[in-house]
Order: sequence, then C-alpha cells, then structure tokens
Amino acid sequence: MTTPVDGITAGHGSETDSGHGAKGMDIALMGMLLFIASEIMFFAALFGVYFNVRSSAAVWPPEGTEFVSWQGSGLFGLGLSVLITIILVSSSFTMQWATDQIRKGNRTGMNRGLAVTLGLGILFLCLMMTEYYLYVTVDDFGVNSGVYGSLFYVMTGFHGAHVLGGIIGIAVVLARGMRGQFSSEHHVAVEAVHYYWHFVDVVWVFLFLTIYVLR
Amino acid sequence: MATTALPQARSYRRAAAYDWITTVDHKKIGIMYVISSFFFFLVGGVLALVIRTELAAPGLQFVSEQTYNSIFGLHAVNMIFLFVMPMLTGLGNYIVPLQVGAADMAFPRVNALSLWVFLAGGLLIESSFLFGGAPVGWTMYAPLSTHVPETGVNLLVLGLIMTGISSILGSINFLVTIFRLRAPGMSLLRMPMFCWTQLVTSVLLLFSIPVVTAGLIMIFIDRNYGGGFFEPALGGNPILWQHVFWFFGHPEVYILILPAFGIVSEIIPVFSRKPLFGYKAFVVATASIGALGFTVWAHHMFTTGAVYLPFFAFFTFLIAVPTGVKFFNWLATMWGGKLTFDTPMLYACGFIALFLIGGLDGAFLAVVPFDFMVQDTYWVVSHIHYVLVAGSVFAIMAALFYWFPKMTGRKLDERLGKVQFWVLFIGTNLAFFPQHLLGLDGMIRRIADYSANAGWSELNFLSSVGAFVIAFAILIFLWNVFSTLRSPANAPDDPWDANTLEWATTSPPPVYNFDHLPPIRSERPVFDLKHPGTGHAPAAASLAVTEGPVQ
Repeated sequence: MTTPVDGITAGHGSETDSGHGAKGMDIALMGMLLFIASEIMFFAALFGVYFNVRSSAAVWPPEGTEFVSWQGSGLFGLGLSVLITIILVSSSFTMQWATDQIRKGNRTGMNRGLAVTLGLGILFLCLMMTEYYLYVTVDDFGVNSGVYGSLFYVMTGFHGAHVLGGIIGIAVVLARGMRGQFSSEHHVAVEAVHYYWHFVDVVWVFLFLTIYVLR
Repeated sequence: MATTALPQARSYRRAAAYDWITTVDHKKIGIMYVISSFFFFLVGGVLALVIRTELAAPGLQFVSEQTYNSIFGLHAVNMIFLFVMPMLTGLGNYIVPLQVGAADMAFPRVNALSLWVFLAGGLLIESSFLFGGAPVGWTMYAPLSTHVPETGVNLLVLGLIMTGISSILGSINFLVTIFRLRAPGMSLLRMPMFCWTQLVTSVLLLFSIPVVTAGLIMIFIDRNYGGGFFEPALGGNPILWQHVFWFFGHPEVYILILPAFGIVSEIIPVFSRKPLFGYKAFVVATASIGALGFTVWAHHMFTTGAVYLPFFAFFTFLIAVPTGVKFFNWLATMWGGKLTFDTPMLYACGFIALFLIGGLDGAFLAVVPFDFMVQDTYWVVSHIHYVLVAGSVFAIMAALFYWFPKMTGRKLDERLGKVQFWVLFIGTNLAFFPQHLLGLDGMIRRIADYSANAGWSELNFLSSVGAFVIAFAILIFLWNVFSTLRSPANAPDDPWDANTLEWATTSPPPVYNFDHLPPIRSERPVFDLKHPGTGHAPAAASLAVTEGPVQ
C-alpha cells in the first residue's frame, strides 16, 4: 500500500467518521432538527387549511359549537382546555430542567425530571381523551360534524399523536437514563427528545390560541 | 488466513439474499432503489402503451372509459412517485456519499427504512388495480377523489403517504450526510454539482411533502370518516385541495428535475475536458430555483379564478432566469472543449436540446391568456412529457450509462447505447411533439376517445407510434444491461477519466468506500490528482497516489 503524501487516510470504523472531529452539531441532533422542520410544515398545512376555511365561512365558529372554548364550567369558569394547556406547558419546563441536569452530569435529577415530564404528558393525553369523550357523547360533536368538526379532530388529534410520539421518546430515554447510559458528555438522545418535546408544546400553544381562544 | 474455518460455505447462498434484505450499505440500498424504481417504470410504461394504443385511432377499442380513467392516473403516479423520484434518490444514495468522500449515509438504518417504506408504499399503490382502480388522476382533485367509491383510491392515498414518509426520511438523511460527513477539504463550494442539486432537492422534499401528506390525510378522512375538508355541503372547499396539492406539486417538479440538472452538470465537464463553467452561478441558480419553486404553485390554478394571476405569472417567468443561467453554464462548458460523444454525453446533449423545448412550453403556460386557452389540453401533456421524459428520463439514462461501471465494474455496451439514444430521441419527439399541435387544436387531456372528424387522428397515430419507439429503446437498454451483466468485469476504476471522488475508489467500491482520499482542493479532486501542477493541484500532491486505492 502506498501512502499518499498529502492524502488523508479514510476511516473505516464507523459511518460517523467524517474527519470533522468533534466540532459542529451532532449528526443525530441535526437529523432531529430537520425532522422537526418537516413537522412544522405539516402543522403549517393544517393551520393554513384552518384559516382558509375560516376566512371563507359565513359564520365562524359554526353555531352550536360554543363548548369548544377556553371558558367552561370548571374552576374559575375555565374549560378543560386551559388545564391541559397548563399541564403541557409545565411539562416543557420539567423537560428543560431534566436536560439541564444531565448537562451538569446529574443523572438522578435528569431521571426525576424525565419521570415528571412523562407523567404530565400521559396526564395531558388522558385529559384530552376525556375531552374527546365528552364532546362525542354529550355534545354529539365528531369528525363528521361538518368541516369544523373535521378540523378540530384532525388538528388536535395529530397533535395528540405527536404527544404520544414524544411520550414514547421520553420513556425510552428515561429507561436508558435509569440504566445510567447518559453523562454530561454523552446524552444526544436526551437533547433530541427535549427539542421534540418543546416543538410539540409550542404547536399546542398555537392550537390552543387558534381553536379555543381565537375560535 | 488459511486457518479460518470454512465449513460455513453451505449457508452462504442464503446469507447473500439475507444480506441484501438486511443491508444498511448505501450502495446496496441505492442499487435496490434503482432496480425497484425501474420495475415501476416498466409498469408505468405498459400503462402508457395501453393509453397510446387506445388513442391511436378514434373509437373505444381496447379498454372501457372507466378503466382508462384509472390507467392514465396510475401511469402518472407510477412514473412520478415510483420511478423518477426513487430513481434519483437511488442514484443519490449510491453517489452522494462517494462524491463527498464519506463511508456511508449519515443514518444507514434510516436509509434502509426509507427504501422498504417506499417499496411497501409502491406495492400498496399498485394493489389499487385489484380494488377497482383509482380513477382520480395523479392530481386527485376534490370532489372527484372524495366521492368516487373505489377502494383503490384509499390504497392510492395510503401508498402516497407512505412514499412521502420515505422521501422525508431520505431527505433528512441526504441533508445530514452533505452537511456533516463531507471529507476534510471539501467545503460546500467544492462539492460536486450533483450533491448540490440533491441538497436543494432534499430541502424541497422536506418542506413540501409534509404539506401534501396533510392534504392526503384530509382526503382519506373525507372519504372514509365523513370529514368535510373539501366538501362544500359541509363548509369545506374543493379548491383548497388544489392549493394544498400544488403547494407540494410545484416544488415536486423541481424535485424531479434538479438532480437531473446535477447529473448533466457532472457529465458535460467530463466529456468536454473542462471544468463546469460558472460553478458558483450554477449553485446560486439551483438554490434560486428551489426558493422560487415555493412561490408559483397557483400557476396550475389560473383558471379557477381563485388566485392572484399577476403574482404567480411573474414568479413563474422569473424561474426561467436561473434555468437559463444553467443552460448558458452547460453550453459555455462545452464551448471550446475537447468533446467526446460517449453515450452519457449523448444523453446529456439530448437533454439540453429537448429540455429547452419543455422549458419554453412552460414559459408559454405562464402567459395567463395562453394558459386559459390550453388549460387541460394536450399542450400541457406535451409540456410535462418534454420535461419529464426528455428531461428527467434522458438524464437518468445518462446517469445509468455514466455510473454503471462504478456500480457493477462493467461498462455498458457503447454501440448499443448509441443506437438506443437515437431510437429514444426519435421516439420521444415523435410521441410528444404532435401533442403540442393536438393541444392547440383543442384536444383535452384525459379523454379515452375522440371524434373521427375532429382532425386529431393523424397526430394521435404519430404519437402512438412514437410511444412504441420509446418502448423499443427501453428494450434495447434492458438487453444491454442483461448482456453486460453476463460479461466479465472489464471496467477500470476511472473509465471516463472523470473528476469527482467516486472515481478515486475501485469499481465497485468496497463496503467502506475509500482506503484513502486524494487531497481536495477544488470541485475536481480526481482531476487535480491526475494532472499535477495544473489547476488547483500542487505538483507534489500526487506523487504516490497515482496508483489509486489499494485492492
């Protein structure tokens, strides 16, 4: 084998050998950010459709759908949607806290933060299902209740599916965290899931404002 | 070495098939993409022949109108989503990691997932034939698509969602590979043009596919769960589907053509013995086409009366500027070059000549009054086929002839290749040029039959003859591939005396791609290596590397 004078010996060890060394963004993290970019376009399409239909409707929201609102019969006259918004927004803070802990090397703290986030996420989904159940049984409001029903269930439903995806992600990093697989240097999976969770949360804030407040 | 235990030989054959199914090697995945998309190309081609046979003469001879309605839509879906897109993805899969000097894609397992999701989606789409077909065209306009009862439409929608997911995963993979796995010295502005076009294409995919995915889900819900998105009676809006579809659909046409531009830009410098003229202008033009691609979707909807015509007409004209820049780049590259007309170069030249016709057709369509006249006529059919057959397919043929030696270690037969080029060139023009005239004569697209006294019979007959000439050219190609694969491996590592890194390794490359890389000082590292002291290569740089990678 001839050694090149000015050439570079290419690594065969793994597909991540790039010659870039450790500098720059992690490959998996960049993949997650690009994935989130495509998800933003997905929800942008849903919002675009929503506002297109809304702008051309004679009456919006359609009559008989007053129950889809941030106001309700709950505490202080607030609806369930306010409660689940508070839950999901808090879970973003606990997720951030968990990520900060592992950046400092505090594994136990991260695990606790992840566990709380996981619990809040599951609680969000359960309450969302409760809301769906009430809408369907009490208010007779389904995906086939005109374009408003279709929009409501598709937008919140796809968000719910993304929350479920985030919950699975958190469960995976929590399981790995409990086995001590992360350190302050190596915790790409935690970073990736935390980006994703913030994304899911931000989408919900826009959904809440659009569907329940702006109406 | 001799002491290695050998009795595993019996299970080896099974292991080889298992190896292909479970592989995460970008080269094997690329080859599987190429083969499977070529299979779908043949399916779409047979459908095209059925269409042209039916239209060869007035009257309904072979298929019912209902069958015909499924066939033209599935022909388009096959060609666009299951042939050109995955074929370009497959070529990119094979070539991009080699050209940037990486050992594999950034996410090899995601890469395998993309392939298998694409294949499953493709088979789902084909299965719609068994469930009543999908008589909705490839554009699936509401309310037709939300009302026809055929189960096949559901399968088509689900299959398209799956191929879309595959494309999103693939584009993420390409982007991260290009941004993070480039070899030392390969700055973005030293990257081969094919990689640049794959980069821009991936951005387009990433931002457009999720939008149509959302729309397809809405169609599915309208069809199956009583949704009202595109249903006026329920408060929805059928025009809305056109907005969602074309917001994807227009970037899609650049997704289909930008990598083809990249292929031509790889081949023309090699066979002109010159560097690509205006490299940076070419990069800017590619990025501009990508950006402008998102501003013109409604030029497909001029006649709906629901869009602001001057805006979309202006931006449509504007796209002709960066495209024109590219044409001048190619012509200036060839100008004064030492041209040799091997088959890849023939196809690249054919591409330039014929894509220009397709592009000018498109510029005509941007003229609003003209568009009103030829909307949904064979003029549009002619335009799309001049850009997709004479454009994408010619570039794909160029790429297959150009990279076949790298993929298999065998050069396709040049004589057969040149014959095939001329047959395909004549067939393409014969099939699609008469359609311009038919369009101007007012022949509407998507009709199974026409009146004998409409004056369209002769041109339609010519067009049908052209379709069979194209089919003959494809048969020549298949024979060429078949006979070449049976012959011994004869191709050297760098059979075309080319410029980019994929030629710095063996043909076919080892699993890990490179033993060592030449120094990268320009977008032509292999040229620099072979010609010390000229261009960007310091005279000392290639002292010992001339013998190429070991083993």
